[in-house]
Amino acid sequence: MTIRVVDPGLLTTVQDGGRWGSQSLGVPVAGPMDEVSHSLANVVVGNPPDRATLEVTLVGPALEFLAGMTFAVTGAEFEMRLDDTPVQMGVAHRAGCGSTLRFGSRGAGARAYVGVAGGIDVPLVLGSRSTDLASGFGGLDGRRLREGDQLAVGPRVGRAPRRVSLRPPFPLPEGGSRIRAIAALDDDDPGPRCGDAALAGFTTTRFTLAAESNRMGYRLCGTPVALADETPVLSAATPFGTVQVPPSGHPILLMADRQTTGGYAKIATVISADLPVAGQLGPGDWIRFELCDRRSAVAALIAQQQTLMRVTRCPAKL
Amino acid sequence: MTVSFPARIDPDISARVVALAETVRAAGYPGVRDVVPSYHAVTVYLDPIRTDLDSLWPALEEAAGAPLESGRPQRDIVVPVVYGGDAGRDLAEVARFAGLSPDEGIRRHTQRRYRVYMLGFLAGFPYMGIVDPRIAIPRRATPRPWVVAGSVGIAGAQTGIYPTTAPGGWHLIGRATVEPFDPRRDPPCPWRPGDVVTFESVRAGAGR
Repeated sequence: MTIRVVDPGLLTTVQDGGRWGSQSLGVPVAGPMDEVSHSLANVVVGNPPDRATLEVTLVGPALEFLAGMTFAVTGAEFEMRLDDTPVQMGVAHRAGCGSTLRFGSRGAGARAYVGVAGGIDVPLVLGSRSTDLASGFGGLDGRRLREGDQLAVGPRVGRAPRRVSLRPPFPLPEGGSRIRAIAALDDDDPGPRCGDAALAGFTTTRFTLAAESNRMGYRLCGTPVALADETPVLSAATPFGTVQVPPSGHPILLMADRQTTGGYAKIATVISADLPVAGQLGPGDWIRFELCDRRSAVAALIAQQQTLMRVTRCPAKL
Repeated sequence: MTVSFPARIDPDISARVVALAETVRAAGYPGVRDVVPSYHAVTVYLDPIRTDLDSLWPALEEAAGAPLESGRPQRDIVVPVVYGGDAGRDLAEVARFAGLSPDEGIRRHTQRRYRVYMLGFLAGFPYMGIVDPRIAIPRRATPRPWVVAGSVGIAGAQTGIYPTTAPGGWHLIGRATVEPFDPRRDPPCPWRPGDVVTFESVRAGAGR
């Protein structure tokens, strides 16, 4: 079973649950920017949640199914057609051999995920099928999709497609979003911190994602954050959601393709439950950070996971 | 979750970091997704749903405080390098900075044993030290848009090897004749944190 890329869209890559376990060798995790929508795209077609999907960015692709297969699209809202038929988001559809899925105009959110029953089948590299654009491996030859690419689809596993609509359990950003974060002063990670004054400015500023924001990180424009101390920092691990402040004072929110380590001062870390929403922001969108403590961060994540388990356990047929 | 030691580039602290990272990895705690050692810290990535946070943190603290086993095996790795020329375009500048001849600069780089403190920046990039203070030239004021894979560079007390062609700000003194990183190889790179690397000056065309 194969999918042919008729039009790649702006930036379409193969992503699975991410390349975990090799960060000590400097290998980035990559993986989906919005892991929740990625998982739902899998679940609705009957896959385990971490199969490889296609991550679509801002402008969607056109994909021809060279065999009959089941697919679903979740995440950012797009108008889509399968040949002449409108396609609903979050629902499993059967594509006939030779039919073409075309993405049209976009509504809320920045990234959508195309799941297919069986998952996109590219070779495993260090245990993952995720595309690492910076290192140039994983996914399809370590790069974004191009016109004429052919993607293999794996054998069907797991369950039958669900007869339900699975949409992200959070509001998709329409022009911007409030994101919860833990102040670096409150966590146990190493490295110098930005002081209280910097933090006050940081939480009252409405930042805008600069045009050069990408899967590695979002460059945030706004009132520069005043760093108390500009001594060089020893590099240490940089989790997804870390907000770093380089000497320019313009924060960088580290995203899925971040480097494994970094040496800039850190001001806050986005809580795991809000990473999917952050992953739905695009260039020009606004972002405001709201501080939250560790306990509420864990509680928010558990609540989100429980919601996901409820929706993914719903019966195959209603 | 991160366990931090004093923030210094120090072989003894690094030895603790590497030992702790190995202990955590070997323990196979449920929910642990990745373990990342750096100069002075070990960061443990975990799934808070699957991990018993109340028991993991004390276990990490205990492992961090445990005395180091003496006589831990240390791997020695020799990396052949073609110094100067096209591959090491900054060798003359490093020599000027040091007030030495290029040959003496090479000698000072090859005579030390470098500990691999951590990998980062690029897949397979080793942060190694400690460089002879005489040749410890700071980063370039303007990074180069492209540094060729295999390039050996100096940034202050650190020396490193670019595993892939990428932008970079380190002063380049030569090119390693080993393949620094291949994701299809197991292990993908020849070095890991805690290894000791020495450089050997070879002529162009040797190795590979």
